[in-house]
Amino acid sequence: MTDSTVQAPPSKAEAAQETAAAGPDSRPGAAIRTDDLRKTYTTSRGNVDAVRGISLDVAPGEFFGLLGPNGAGKSTTIGMLTTLIVPTGGRAWVSGIDVVANPVGVKRTIGVVPQNNTLDMQLSVTENLEFRGRFFGLSRRDALRRADQLVNAFGLTDRRRAMATDLSGGQARRLMIARALVHRPDVLFLDEPTAGLDPQTRVNLWDTLRALHDEGQTILLTTHYMEEAEALCDRVAVVDHGLVLAAGTIDELKQGAGADTVITVRYDGDAAAVDAATLLDGRPTVGKVETEGDQVRVFTKDPAGILGELVTAGARAGLTVRDAAQLKPSLETVFLTLTGREYRE
Amino acid sequence: MTTTTPTPPPGAPSPAPGAPSSSAAAAPDRTVAVITGAPEPHPTTWKTFAAMMAREFRVLGRNAPSTFIRSVIQPLLWVFVFTYVLPKIGAAGSFEAGAARGNGTTFSTILLPGLMASMLLMQGILGTTFPLVMEFSWQRTIEDRALAPVPLGVLAFEKMVAGAIQGFVGALIVVPIVLFVHASGQSPHAHVTNWFLLALILVAASMMTAALGLLLGTLMDPRKMQMLFAVILLPATMLGCVYYPWSALHSIRWLQIAVLFNPMIYISEGLRSVLTPGIGHLATWAILLVLVGGAVLIGYLGTITFRRRVLN
Repeated sequence: MTDSTVQAPPSKAEAAQETAAAGPDSRPGAAIRTDDLRKTYTTSRGNVDAVRGISLDVAPGEFFGLLGPNGAGKSTTIGMLTTLIVPTGGRAWVSGIDVVANPVGVKRTIGVVPQNNTLDMQLSVTENLEFRGRFFGLSRRDALRRADQLVNAFGLTDRRRAMATDLSGGQARRLMIARALVHRPDVLFLDEPTAGLDPQTRVNLWDTLRALHDEGQTILLTTHYMEEAEALCDRVAVVDHGLVLAAGTIDELKQGAGADTVITVRYDGDAAAVDAATLLDGRPTVGKVETEGDQVRVFTKDPAGILGELVTAGARAGLTVRDAAQLKPSLETVFLTLTGREYRE
Repeated sequence: MTTTTPTPPPGAPSPAPGAPSSSAAAAPDRTVAVITGAPEPHPTTWKTFAAMMAREFRVLGRNAPSTFIRSVIQPLLWVFVFTYVLPKIGAAGSFEAGAARGNGTTFSTILLPGLMASMLLMQGILGTTFPLVMEFSWQRTIEDRALAPVPLGVLAFEKMVAGAIQGFVGALIVVPIVLFVHASGQSPHAHVTNWFLLALILVAASMMTAALGLLLGTLMDPRKMQMLFAVILLPATMLGCVYYPWSALHSIRWLQIAVLFNPMIYISEGLRSVLTPGIGHLATWAILLVLVGGAVLIGYLGTITFRRRVLN
């Protein structure tokens, strides 16, 4: 169902690719770059292609989002970029360092907040930060000072002596982000940072992430929440079934995908009787009309009047409207346009 | 790669690495302090390894009371029953005869190296396997440690060293217990002739048990942890020349040969050879070959399985 609106990463990347003859490791610029990155798992029931060739380019200081439904391959991609999953094809670099050839070098430059709670449950809040600092070569004194700083900055001051097991979900997530920042990573990876958090906590966490971004932190975030990507990211890659469907700024994506309002009408019978395609043929603003089973879906630049026409046309054909929805251009309509499927969170 | 921020944020204190920037820490201006006001890390493999060991000691220290009780109760009960209760009620005769062939050796002399080996094996394996199984299961907290800036082999080695230290300490705890808990006339006759060999055997044995722990911890299904006791620890101990010297098994020839496949006997016989040399024991070269070779080989295999478990 993908069409011509699928875009390659910005041409800046292509230009860089051509000028860098000295080899990928020496390329300055990109904070993250992947080239046809792939991961196939071999299981007893055959091969599973988790990632089927993803190419990305993230600039330093950028807040980049991988958006897609669960199982799209986002976490696998982050896993490969953070060296804990070994790619089966393609290449990837973080801060110019090859993730397969030099995983230790990559680990020095990244901070990772995985989806699961990987806090050291045997240690307190401060100790989690202290030892992270020491793992990265800080002296005990510096590590403690750094821990202090982060405990304050992340609003954990009154929980500093608490054991990691005793934290609430939001506190644990904040501590994990703080811990990922102890050693001043070049790139911060966040895998579904707000999954499972209550709305208030989530919005607070967004503020924290925005503040980090304002400070210049390069961030790659995966999310299956459209509104999270829209709220935070400079650029987004829409991922599904292990492939990038489209990448760009939110605005570019909306325009690239047709910037359409999507109108969906469901009837109580076969929607083919409405013959919506012929009905709307005269309207230049209508991009695409899909009829499937009992439903008609219209992609349009100008939604005025269309819903009414579909209702009337349905009545003429003896059909009653059971359900109607009009989605303004958003990442959700982009996803619909690209895949022809409802976005499944 | 050292500059994290391309442009200095407004109002940021000049980022001077190493210099104490207390002003940044005191004012919780989150957008400024988080990145720029931080000391710059310079990790090396050694620093990271040392920090990981420091973390193990912090946790061990916190759990010291329970760890201590765990390592004391078993040998204490064993020694109490076999060198105090049984001699007092006159039931130990058969043990002594069987174990030491009536040459006047007390049973505690047999038990000293045997129990040391037994506790070493138990603590060495459990001290490595338990934390690993916990870190690999459920939330996979191992992933966090795996992101430390060292090769995964270093992390595996660190896990082994931490377990080995517990095995080592476990063995030492046995010594005062056996020396002081016994009926009169039942004291052990221990006599160290070669301290260097004793240290070598203790260290190699600790590393071998920790290597076994690493291998088991990375291969075992966490839901079947009880099997560890039933299938490995119990047989290894009962048939590990803890309560009798290997030489005494000559009357059951097939068993004497079969137990040679039990790594445990090289620990108990090794300690026997340096602590109670008066009692017949396995050849020293065989003991060292198995302990050192086993530590290296099993440790190598464990590192491979560890890598396989961490990486996907």
